[in-house]
Amino acid sequence: MENLINIWVVLPIIGFLISTVLPKNNEKLLSQFSFLSVGAHLISLQIFLVVWAYQGFQKLDHKDFVLFSSNGYEFFVDFCFDKITAVYAFVGSFLTFLVTIYSRYYLHREEGYKRFFNTILFFFMGYNFTIFAGNMETLFIGWEILGISSFLLIAFYRERFLPVKNAVKVYSIYRIGDIGLILAMWMSHHLFHENITFLKLSNYEMVNEHLQSHSLIGIFISLMILLTALAKSAQLPFSAWLPRAMEGPTPSSAIFYGSLAVHLGVFLMMRTYPFWEHQLSVRYLIGFMGLSTAIIATLTANVQSNIKSQIAYASIAQIGLIFIELSLGWGILALVHFAGNAFLRTYQLLVSPSVVTYLIKEQFYTFVPNRKPLKKVFAKKLLYTFYIMSVKEWNLNNMMYTLYWNPVKWLGNRFSFITLKHVIYFFIPAFFIGVGMRYNINMLPDSFTHYLPILFSLIGLIMVLKSFTERHKARMSWVLIILNHFWVALAISFNEKFMFTETALYLSGIIVAGSIGYYSLNRMYNIESNIDLARFNGHIYKHPKQGLLFLLTCLGLTGFPISPTFIGEDLVFSHIHPNQIALAIFVSASFIMDGLSIIRIYARVFLGPHVHSVYEMGYRSS
Amino acid sequence: MHRNKHSIDLHAVVHEIAHYLPAQAPLKDFIHHNTLHAFQDLPFEKGIRKASKIFGYQVSLSLEEFRDFYQNKKINHEVLLRVIQQRKPETNPNTYLNHLLYGDMDKPENPRIGNLRYQWKEVGRVDLDSYIQPRLFRLLSNYLDQGISIWKFPADRKGFIGSIRELEKNAYVSFFKSKRVRNLLVNGNCDLHFLLDRIVGDETMYRQYLFDQQFSHQGWSGMVAAIEANPHTLLDKKRITLEDIIAFELLLEMDALDDKLGLNWLPLSKIIKVRPKELFDPIKDTEMSEAQAIWQEALEFSYFDQVLEGVRESAAMPEINMKASFQAMFCIDDRECSFRRHLEKEDPNCTTFGTPGFFNVAFYYQPQNGKFLSKVCPAPIDPPYLIKEVGSNSKREIDPNFSKHSHSLHSGWVITQTLGFWSALKLFLNIFRPQATPASASSFTHMDKLANLTIENRHPDHHERGLQVGFTLDEMTDRVEGLLKSIGLVKDFAPLIYAVGHGSSSTNNPHYAAYDCGACSGRPGSVNARVISYMGNHPEVRKRLRERGIDLPNSTFFIGGIRDTTRDEVMFYDEDLVNPMVREMHEKNVQSFLNALENNAVERSRRFESIDTSASHEKIHEQIRLRSVSLFEPRPELNHATNSLCIVGSRRLSDKLFLDRRSFLNSYDYAIDPDGKYLLGILKAVAPVCGGINLEYYFSRVDNQKLGAGTKLPHNVMGLFGVANGIDGDLRPGLPSQMIEVHDPLRLLTIVEHYPEVVLNTLQGSPETYEWFKNKWIYLAVVHPQTHDLYLFNNEKFEPYYPITKELQHPKELLPIFVKEEDNLPVYILN
Repeated sequence: MENLINIWVVLPIIGFLISTVLPKNNEKLLSQFSFLSVGAHLISLQIFLVVWAYQGFQKLDHKDFVLFSSNGYEFFVDFCFDKITAVYAFVGSFLTFLVTIYSRYYLHREEGYKRFFNTILFFFMGYNFTIFAGNMETLFIGWEILGISSFLLIAFYRERFLPVKNAVKVYSIYRIGDIGLILAMWMSHHLFHENITFLKLSNYEMVNEHLQSHSLIGIFISLMILLTALAKSAQLPFSAWLPRAMEGPTPSSAIFYGSLAVHLGVFLMMRTYPFWEHQLSVRYLIGFMGLSTAIIATLTANVQSNIKSQIAYASIAQIGLIFIELSLGWGILALVHFAGNAFLRTYQLLVSPSVVTYLIKEQFYTFVPNRKPLKKVFAKKLLYTFYIMSVKEWNLNNMMYTLYWNPVKWLGNRFSFITLKHVIYFFIPAFFIGVGMRYNINMLPDSFTHYLPILFSLIGLIMVLKSFTERHKARMSWVLIILNHFWVALAISFNEKFMFTETALYLSGIIVAGSIGYYSLNRMYNIESNIDLARFNGHIYKHPKQGLLFLLTCLGLTGFPISPTFIGEDLVFSHIHPNQIALAIFVSASFIMDGLSIIRIYARVFLGPHVHSVYEMGYRSS
Repeated sequence: MHRNKHSIDLHAVVHEIAHYLPAQAPLKDFIHHNTLHAFQDLPFEKGIRKASKIFGYQVSLSLEEFRDFYQNKKINHEVLLRVIQQRKPETNPNTYLNHLLYGDMDKPENPRIGNLRYQWKEVGRVDLDSYIQPRLFRLLSNYLDQGISIWKFPADRKGFIGSIRELEKNAYVSFFKSKRVRNLLVNGNCDLHFLLDRIVGDETMYRQYLFDQQFSHQGWSGMVAAIEANPHTLLDKKRITLEDIIAFELLLEMDALDDKLGLNWLPLSKIIKVRPKELFDPIKDTEMSEAQAIWQEALEFSYFDQVLEGVRESAAMPEINMKASFQAMFCIDDRECSFRRHLEKEDPNCTTFGTPGFFNVAFYYQPQNGKFLSKVCPAPIDPPYLIKEVGSNSKREIDPNFSKHSHSLHSGWVITQTLGFWSALKLFLNIFRPQATPASASSFTHMDKLANLTIENRHPDHHERGLQVGFTLDEMTDRVEGLLKSIGLVKDFAPLIYAVGHGSSSTNNPHYAAYDCGACSGRPGSVNARVISYMGNHPEVRKRLRERGIDLPNSTFFIGGIRDTTRDEVMFYDEDLVNPMVREMHEKNVQSFLNALENNAVERSRRFESIDTSASHEKIHEQIRLRSVSLFEPRPELNHATNSLCIVGSRRLSDKLFLDRRSFLNSYDYAIDPDGKYLLGILKAVAPVCGGINLEYYFSRVDNQKLGAGTKLPHNVMGLFGVANGIDGDLRPGLPSQMIEVHDPLRLLTIVEHYPEVVLNTLQGSPETYEWFKNKWIYLAVVHPQTHDLYLFNNEKFEPYYPITKELQHPKELLPIFVKEEDNLPVYILN
């Protein structure tokens, strides 16, 4: 039985991989292949569900293989299956199946037909990885895939301004969630001294025993998981990204933002329920976040005059309720609620274009003119205030600017004095001095070496902040990201246990992806002589192949699970001690910024309206 | 304000901007029009070039596309050579041809629009649009919303800016960041001169600045201008003016500048280094624009040449007189072109006619329990009549999935856990077995077949909403006489005369109104067909008609009907009112209709990749019907795509020609209209209706991004009146790519059967109609009724035209061609 679980993770992987090599212009083959691969998933899963139910809904866990191990550290892929997975797998498989059939006709003759199906299958792969994951590390693999597929679907119309802008925006929110997950993994590693499986988490005695002595660490882990879940499920304060993600073809918005992806935050909370179940304060907080989201999102939904954002906010509000249900411990109800909400919103989004016919007809027969204006001054003032706040989405979008994007920009601009010369003549030599220090660590005083990692990780962070705010030079921005990783590696190497092989593992991916990416940018610069970061260049219009290559190197450099850097990043954190708070903050901030800066370079150089607007291109506002 | 001290009249500027903005009405009233109507006072080629240079539109196919067409023989080599010779008599045609095919041409330059206001970003480092547009669009959408939002705009009685002022005055928070700007709004200081003085600071730049500003979101501005011009187009009426939103946008600009630059910023005129070129400065011809004009004409005449030759041959054929088994009137719509051919093939003795689908009866229609009226006649007419539906038993179906309760917190909680699962099932069924839902648009439900209509006016004082209910006897007689005379049906009446309107059915399609009858203001033509039939059958009307020389025998009956162009189905009204003998004939005719519909469905299916045209006819027809109810089908039908012709004359000119559904057909008999009285009426309608359709398709095809709506797949419905991409995008007027992708951009060629001098005289009687032809936004050709010679209208005179095409193909069977060919077909002579 356990061995079977792999099927539903492997099937989508095979499906995705094959779909990437299918011919571009053969719509029939592409759509039928997607239909068959998702269909096979759906049918085999249903058979399994019946057998599994017959055998009494037992929890299954299967340790697949170890990706990397060194003393005291093991990175392994693990899958599990229980009621939560069962419901998520069924809903996901069913809806993806319907949407592939739907899109088969709906996308007929659309530019990017293949890209669409590739991305949907890519998403489906990440989704299954996530919901079948048996430990945090495996879940994280799926999580990263979801983030990228989300970016690609929002920016599906990559030659227009708004989709690309919003894709970058949403990705940056997801990035916060990713880091929450990394930090949760970091601490739980220190808590349990292993990469613990979710099955073991449900062992109350074991968890409780660990938590008793480290209750703060326990709360920290729960908070990080909650942060990740809030970001992914568009709860406060992140809600404003969800309506802005509705830029792709309607079926992709329906499946992604109406139903599946947006409920994965809920999934994460369900998955880790045994962990935070006995942390009362955390449960209060979850309930509180859910409640306030439900209220704010309902108010905001009420004033939406476009159909997609109305559905988006209504869905967010229901997810808020699901968070409340979870905090109360009503897991089964939450599962039912998830399935119902996912089905309903998918359907509502798919039929959203019909709203014109239906509501105009309804209005034609039942219209009642606007009621009389309010007389009472206070009531009116309150009403208007609420109305204005709801129209402004309770400043949620602005808040992301004030608390996240703008500070990052502001910080980056503090380092705008750094030039290419500084990098070559100061930072690179400084790095080698740092390496020298590492090799002669015994000659340095302890108090000194204690602060060096912090200093080095801070320099790394400065590198990437500068990279993120670099206004013109794409190649310099790219090199700064590579340097950031080197500084981080150096900083960590001062922690005693870090091995050379581990450093090599971490940096090998960086070096390969970094140099290919540099080559690609350099090539674009030579051909187009303009890859200025101050605006979107849209070079994918003429260079789709270079665009794809560069995207792959971006993935490599962000530590996406196609490069060893992925494990390396996890390793880096496993070597940060729980008491090295500053180091943890700088390194995790670096990783957030890396992602942002890389995706920014990709978007600015390759996506958006082409710099020469003489081609048939939409207006910026379209 | 001391308005007189200003040298610039901003009202005039606002008016001018409105003239250039897209003029599309809200979705429910989608009516085709010339997208570049503002340039129609110039000759076509000059006008589009100007539009292109100023606003950056693509106004023609690209050089590569033309070259492809030439390689694929879509552009005829000889026609191309002739065009080159006519336009460039001084050069060697083959040298120039070589240049056209392989030469390098100058690349188009960037447009002029937007350059002045862009200086805020370039020099001032402030990105106004990303700050302003989401706020502006959201407020506009909420204010104009027709029924999506649950919580309506709380104060909407004082106009747009007045209502926002009302909100700002009475709230603890503000839409603005800057207090100073909020005070300006609250204290009523929103005069354009005052605001522009602060922001721009140089009067000579105001006009260009406002153009830049409004054309950065021409979709929204155009919608506001359209609603300002015609407030009745919204059911839930809203007061709004273009000047309102300009003032509000200027306030938002100040807000953005205050926020980014503090309170002491300088106006734009003080910070810019170079002043961009004026928008309306003269425009030079380029090598490229000349080449494109030549290619365009060659593309057009590669097809027109065959058509003209076909019409010439047809006109020269001897007329056969026969007794018609029945006569049927249809709309001039190009979609009837193929159906009439199939009907005539089913019953070779029948005669068909084309006339604008409102059948010369213009009125407002009020369905039973309707709170509003629908206009069912061409949009420019404002008819003083009302016809009501009474005695209908049909009920409006409810679909809980559109219920707004699912968006509230507590009922949403219940609904998601109950209805949610029901949705899963519905979605499943809808994908595997599509069926009509209450949210589908359906032509047959426009009027209940079993209900009655108040067609006859009982008392001249019977008025409702300021409209006369029904028509008096004289008014009815006028309508019937006008109709019959304009199509030349004044004698030899068959026992049955059908008036068949048309409508369409589609699901999940916000542009549904664009698929219905344009002559009925984007509604199905069923009511009109039924009304004109009632009038024609009225004994008193017939008596009066006889006095006017039209003798309808008592054995002749009118029957009204509606044909669904998407589903290829037909429905007739009041069939039981005819006498039993005629009823029997009718039953037989119905069979001919049904056969013709099926064959028509087969012909249409050749354009759909998902349907195998070689399958059995029933199966094809079933698949055609499914398209209209499938949620996932963005192309329920192809509507007017490929339209390119309009023939005004006897059916004899076209009944032996295969025109591939590309022609509007208006029946007309020159013999009973020697001085062109009816012709003028026809051309007055043909130019804006057919020309409007044709040019909207043309421009949406050549620049689907800027002049069309782009792909409809990501569209999001805004306030029920428009569509946008995403939630913060500009409205997208024009046609989505799914509607135009098979369309070749050809201007309309109108062919009239009459004497050239009569046609010219007639046209000059109506300057606004004459403009269309004079400036060549529509081509005009005449076929001489006696000599059958062809004349083409050029430089305000008719010049003889000699087709290059010498012989047209005579295929034995069309079906094998339909099975094989998906693209446009040449003109064939039918057997």
